[in-house]
Amino acid sequence: MVGETLQKLLMTAWLLPLLGFVVEIFFGFWSKNPRHSKAAAWTAVGCIGAGFLCSLTALVMWGTASNAFDDGDAEGWMSQQADINHARHPHHEADSSEGAPPHEHEGADHDAEHHGSSEAGADHILTAVATEDDGGPKLERGQTVYSGTIYTLGVFGSLELTLDYYIDSLTLVMFTMVTLIATCIHLFAIGYMSDELTDEYVDHFAHKADGSHVHRPGRFYRFFAFLSLFCFAMLGLVLAGNIFQVFIFWELVGICSFLLIGFYTERKTASDAANKAFIMNRIGDFGFLIGLMVLWTYFGTFRFGDTMVDNEVVDQGLFSMVHRAEDGNFDRDELTGDVLITGTDGHVLTNEDGSNRQIPYYLLVVVGLGIFAGCVGKSAQFPLQTWLPDAMEGPTPVSALVHSATMVAAGVYLAGRFFPMFVQEVLLTIAYTGCITLFLAATIAMVATDIKKVLAYSTISQLGYMMLGIGVFGWAAGLFHLITHAFFKSLMFLCSGSVIHGCHHEQEMPKMGGLLKKMPITAITMLIGVIAISGLAIPGVIAFSGYHSKDAIVASALAFKNANSAHFLLFFIPLLTAGITAFYMFRLWFYTFWGAPRDQHVHDHAHESPWIMTAPLLILSVFAAFCAVGGDHGYLYLLLTGDEPAHLEAGVTAVGDGITLPAIQDIVDEHTTAGTWALVAAVSGTLIAYILYGTNFVNVEEMKRQLAGVHGFLTNKWHFDELYDALFMRPAHKVAAFCAWFDGAVFDRILHGAAKATVVVSKWDRVFDENVVDGFVNLIASATQSVGTSLKVVQTGRLRQYVMFIVLGVVALFAVMFTTFPG
Amino acid sequence: MLHDPDLNSYLFIGAVLFVCGVICMATKRNAIGVLMGVELVLNGANVNFVAFSRYTTLGLDGQIFSLFVIVLAAAEAAVALAIVLNFYNNHLTVDVDRGNKLKG
Repeated sequence: MVGETLQKLLMTAWLLPLLGFVVEIFFGFWSKNPRHSKAAAWTAVGCIGAGFLCSLTALVMWGTASNAFDDGDAEGWMSQQADINHARHPHHEADSSEGAPPHEHEGADHDAEHHGSSEAGADHILTAVATEDDGGPKLERGQTVYSGTIYTLGVFGSLELTLDYYIDSLTLVMFTMVTLIATCIHLFAIGYMSDELTDEYVDHFAHKADGSHVHRPGRFYRFFAFLSLFCFAMLGLVLAGNIFQVFIFWELVGICSFLLIGFYTERKTASDAANKAFIMNRIGDFGFLIGLMVLWTYFGTFRFGDTMVDNEVVDQGLFSMVHRAEDGNFDRDELTGDVLITGTDGHVLTNEDGSNRQIPYYLLVVVGLGIFAGCVGKSAQFPLQTWLPDAMEGPTPVSALVHSATMVAAGVYLAGRFFPMFVQEVLLTIAYTGCITLFLAATIAMVATDIKKVLAYSTISQLGYMMLGIGVFGWAAGLFHLITHAFFKSLMFLCSGSVIHGCHHEQEMPKMGGLLKKMPITAITMLIGVIAISGLAIPGVIAFSGYHSKDAIVASALAFKNANSAHFLLFFIPLLTAGITAFYMFRLWFYTFWGAPRDQHVHDHAHESPWIMTAPLLILSVFAAFCAVGGDHGYLYLLLTGDEPAHLEAGVTAVGDGITLPAIQDIVDEHTTAGTWALVAAVSGTLIAYILYGTNFVNVEEMKRQLAGVHGFLTNKWHFDELYDALFMRPAHKVAAFCAWFDGAVFDRILHGAAKATVVVSKWDRVFDENVVDGFVNLIASATQSVGTSLKVVQTGRLRQYVMFIVLGVVALFAVMFTTFPG
Repeated sequence: MLHDPDLNSYLFIGAVLFVCGVICMATKRNAIGVLMGVELVLNGANVNFVAFSRYTTLGLDGQIFSLFVIVLAAAEAAVALAIVLNFYNNHLTVDVDRGNKLKG
């Protein structure tokens, strides 16, 4: 029963924003005064807020049912497993006694999130699930998943496109996180976007040809419609039970991003940025599509999990089709080395001719790289990272929701979701991609001066951390960081939004400074976010969320380095970058809030934002600080790891000269070491930032001059835009110019020749038409006319004459009759 | 005792009436006269109907037909008289030969 209830709750949370979108997009049609009304915004808040309550209820239900936090007690999972079997029975009557206690008040989330701290005594994550195996129920580590089909979109031969759901702890945590953050951001946006509540909005950043500002109607309700559509797409992506469905919502998320980045569509920069984001994502999605094609060809299904009816598998999913041996590697054919495709019981499936079904190993690598290419595009990883900073052209709530907390997290989420199918080569690629990205972005963030750009690069860098975590087998660490990062990054973006709003759309940090007194709430909540992302902590006393999650990643990287000493960079670069992260985040904070005002004009007009903008900041700051309380013994971490892929536990032993992936225990062993090093890096980064920007000890301008070369290189974003310009744009322009010339010289000639020939033919045709066809028609007409003329004399108009004609006619008829038929 | 008239006698009477009517229509220049000719023609037909009705199963069909013809004739006369009145209003005469506006 738990499964059915969960499904209903999550479906409600998923579909409510769609309803909201429909209401809001037609708001101008329904409302008498759409440009001045906040009703659309409150509709959006209501939808996503109700969705949050549903998700939270589902999460609490899950936690209750799983008993994930009772150390070593497997009862919860076992009883739940029995429930699954019931839930998967399509004709089973609803059993009301199994319902979860409803949690309908806001306070419940605090209870749920903080609950774990008191139970930190559990020294190791242990969740067990009963699986039916030969003799009877046997306890083993594993996943509990509710999956099934919601709706069949279409069946084409053996290809079945369906809307499935796949609910495990990752889904639930993502749902709660997304809806909570989205609710806060919706509220914030009501305040931030309020200057759109007008019939004539003057866009000071958009100019017409004559240099005047663009005047346009306010687009308040449209903004919220897009936000709702985005929430629907993101939740659909998380709930999706097959990779094709993920792709559908993946694209929907992309189009929402496009619409929102280009919200100020009159600004050239905004529409360019929207295009850039969309096209960059297309490149990644191309790889995604290739992966999908290979998957379909070899596995014949897109489903993640098995679909059960009556405790029997009716549709096997992808994850059970590849089987891992004791050492963590895939089962492979001994002769060819191809990976065997197995049934749910672990036995190899056979083709119709009796041979084993298998997929070449390199194609499995292609699948992994293809899917990962999609993630690279969506999560702005190297080498497709350049779109995300430009995406800051959108309104700040968009940056907070779409480009830090959720959409870009979709790439990491998919990498985590698809983790069971990744082979070692793919994981190594993921790790190195993440590693390069996190370093690259962090260095650029050090010199950026636009407050939102700093946060954008910081986002890319943190996404790199997550990818690195997943790549070095720290599955839980990567996704843990995904959740914690979502909280503190959305918090910081909202803070920057508050600053921008308060400073009348001034985004350059060199013009700020000393805002601490003017905007105390913003400054303090921002400081919480900064501490969280920097990973500062007093070990054993207090630690904010970023400390725990980044620690976990660094620990995974260290364990990975210990197992494969050749890949030492995967540990040292993140460690170094942890310091850089602390540096640039504190630089941002000191620049903005500390010291003396640099621009008196901006400072004089700065003011704290209204409560509707500061309240979300306060809510989010609580989560940014404490959502990860307890670290890897805490509630959030245990929930996440409750369903981590089974082969993580023991690690993967290298075959041949491959790479060894660390086991969970190896990572746990390294935790203290890694944590200490990361803390040292963070503290030194903070100190440097304080010395440079918090005091007047060092002249920053002088330093900038000394290091002009490096500074310029970083300010120009490692010249990536120029590089892509030279590599792709200019060749494309050259090719286009050649095409244009070819078009003019060859195709146009042919076309003109054809046109001239047509003219000649038409002239002949005209002669024929005028003489022959028209002549014939005219002939008939004139013949008709002459007959008519000659007949008209009969019509004398004399009545008696007509009667005589009748009589004569009748007589004539009789005469004819009698002569023809005599007798 | 007079012997019963046979069918031919009736047909003969009908034919005479019909021919009289036609001649009347063809020769009269007065519109009212033409209408009278029409009535004669119709009644000639009626006589034939009634005469033939004797040979039908029920023996009434012809009578019913002629009743219809009489009713129609009345209606026709009403319409025709209206036309004649209008004609008179326009031409101050009822001479049908004057109505030759539609001459080809």
